[in-house]
Amino acid sequence: MDIHEYQAKELLSGFGVAVPPGGVAYSPEQAVYVATELGGWHWAIKAQIHAGGRGKAGGVKLCRTYQEVAAAAKALLGATLRTHQTGPEGKVVHRLYVEKAEPFARAMYLGFVLDRKIERIRVIASAEGGVEIEEIAASRPESILQQQVDPAVGLQAFQARELAFGMGLNIKQVSQAVTVIMGCYRAFRDLDATMVEINPMVVTKDDRVLALDAKMSFDDNAMFRRPKVTEMRDAAEEDPRETQAAEFGLNYVGLTGDIGCIINGAGLAMATMDMIKHSGGEPANFLDVGGGASPERVAAAFNLVLSDRNVKAILVNIFAGINRCDWVAQGVVQAAKGLRVPLVVRLAGTNVDEGRRIIAECGLPIISADTLAEAAHKAVAASRTGSAGDGGADGGAR
Amino acid sequence: MSILIDETTRVIVQGFTGDKATFHAREMIAYGTRVVGGVTPGKGGQTHLERPVFNTVKDAVRETGAEASLAFVPPAYAADALMEAADAGLRLVCIITDGIPAQDMMRVKRYLRRYPKEQRTTIVGPNCAGIISAGKAMLGIMPSNIYARGNVGVVSRSGTLGYEAGAQMKALGIGITTSVGIGGDPINGSSFLDHLRLFEQDPETKAVVMIGEIGGPQESEAAKWVKENMTKPVVGYVAGLTAPKGRRMGHAGAIISAEGDSAAEKSEIMKSYGLLVAPSAAELGSTVALALAQAG
Repeated sequence: MDIHEYQAKELLSGFGVAVPPGGVAYSPEQAVYVATELGGWHWAIKAQIHAGGRGKAGGVKLCRTYQEVAAAAKALLGATLRTHQTGPEGKVVHRLYVEKAEPFARAMYLGFVLDRKIERIRVIASAEGGVEIEEIAASRPESILQQQVDPAVGLQAFQARELAFGMGLNIKQVSQAVTVIMGCYRAFRDLDATMVEINPMVVTKDDRVLALDAKMSFDDNAMFRRPKVTEMRDAAEEDPRETQAAEFGLNYVGLTGDIGCIINGAGLAMATMDMIKHSGGEPANFLDVGGGASPERVAAAFNLVLSDRNVKAILVNIFAGINRCDWVAQGVVQAAKGLRVPLVVRLAGTNVDEGRRIIAECGLPIISADTLAEAAHKAVAASRTGSAGDGGADGGAR
Repeated sequence: MSILIDETTRVIVQGFTGDKATFHAREMIAYGTRVVGGVTPGKGGQTHLERPVFNTVKDAVRETGAEASLAFVPPAYAADALMEAADAGLRLVCIITDGIPAQDMMRVKRYLRRYPKEQRTTIVGPNCAGIISAGKAMLGIMPSNIYARGNVGVVSRSGTLGYEAGAQMKALGIGITTSVGIGGDPINGSSFLDHLRLFEQDPETKAVVMIGEIGGPQESEAAKWVKENMTKPVVGYVAGLTAPKGRRMGHAGAIISAEGDSAAEKSEIMKSYGLLVAPSAAELGSTVALALAQAG
């Protein structure tokens, strides 16, 4: 789960990380009001979307007057920002963050990730900031500083000092940077983050160390114990179909093809999508119905897949372990009544014979397949002709 | 032989009296697994499935001589259950639970290092289908009838793709020694590499299938080890060629976020280290047949 910059700064400041003063705005009037409340002469108006690279895409505007604040807010709200992280479709701006602009002397990089290889939290820092860490890693790998955190004792102050001195800070700045680094680490640990990125961390012209930008992602599996973070979820940033899927305990990812997929198990779902491609088709979605696929869940899965108007055929592929094929088959038969596109069903595993019998005797034009390859071939054929084609004679006439 | 478990392994079930645990414990017993009891805190002294229930894993180990456990514990309590099992000296814990916080698993892995390597508990999972040694014992939730007994080892991140491999091989008359699901989470109790090592040492295993997916460095590390250390043929497959970058595909660990995370890259790395890569998931069985034929 991702959150906005202003939310990340709110959380981090609770852990002692210094951030510039700012406030959120949903309209130009609110933006001006926040600017007057903040005081000062310069403000940064920042588009709040769940993607990096906002600055380059024109999502951050520096303003010197209230008129400029109002104009910047008007231009950004409702606009679509396209950054290297949003994809070509971009993201629409619904919220702004108005921040007191802090003139800075130096920009640095600070990042925390859960490193899968070492199975620990890794801290990455660089004396250069404000550019992508990947760019720094490619152009000047020697400037990258790293620390690994032993989970038994947590990040130690000496490790933070090594990073801060490594960034070339003086002793007064080092103690402030250590507070930022330790605060970010504690937020990462205590809020079950998977990523914290401060890019840039700056030294202001009056010698304060601040987090000028902040990005945080969280472990979905841990949100049951982080209600404060969960409340920060912004549904407008998510694909509505994925939100709907989550309500039914389904995992859905929309894609651009025309064969809808309903599969149990994430691995089999990916492999079936690959098989469709291998057979010359394109999958419309990833969908894992999970273990215990009740008729309600199967029905929800069908609704979800069919809400994509590009779908020309549906492939159901269930290898039942916890699930039982007969149980899944009953759900499929119920959901398949009045279906507008051809349906290919492949069942295997627990109670497969009973499941296949239910499909065969239901009187609906469901195309049966015994193997993964056969299922993919038949689904691709059906998506082209609106029927099972040559290979689908066994499943019932259509 | 087989790896990890056989018909003599004394097994307990953690979270024994829950509905799902009860269902699967019955299946395990029916398959011939030596289930000697279970643990549910607060229900010690009761009898469940004609077997004793204990309050703690230590009690269960003392009374039954258990060496392995199957853990059916909700995500919030899973790390605790795994550390309890490790501290009680179990040799093996298989954890089925999906949804365990990644930082909890990080702490569990660190905790295991308190024990010397030769005494350290092997964790299989989480978010996996379990372990089956065909015809001998089952520590998991898989449909047992899809596997034939034979001489191929299977190790897979995905449960259902492990089933797919087992069923395709059986249809071709090929059986397995043991099939291990290492799970779909970003931090696994044990890795491909850990189980490849065991299969290499197992005299009965003649070839191994390794079924990976997008995300993480595990497949590449294991492939490198295969090239340098393994004498037996290894068939590889990586799911997720059509998965978009930066999107989590069901499994918490199935996300392309770094270089080398994609299915195409991992398949190429496997090939470069001499693994026989199955062109699609429908050809897992036939590629194993080819590998066995080549090995003579």
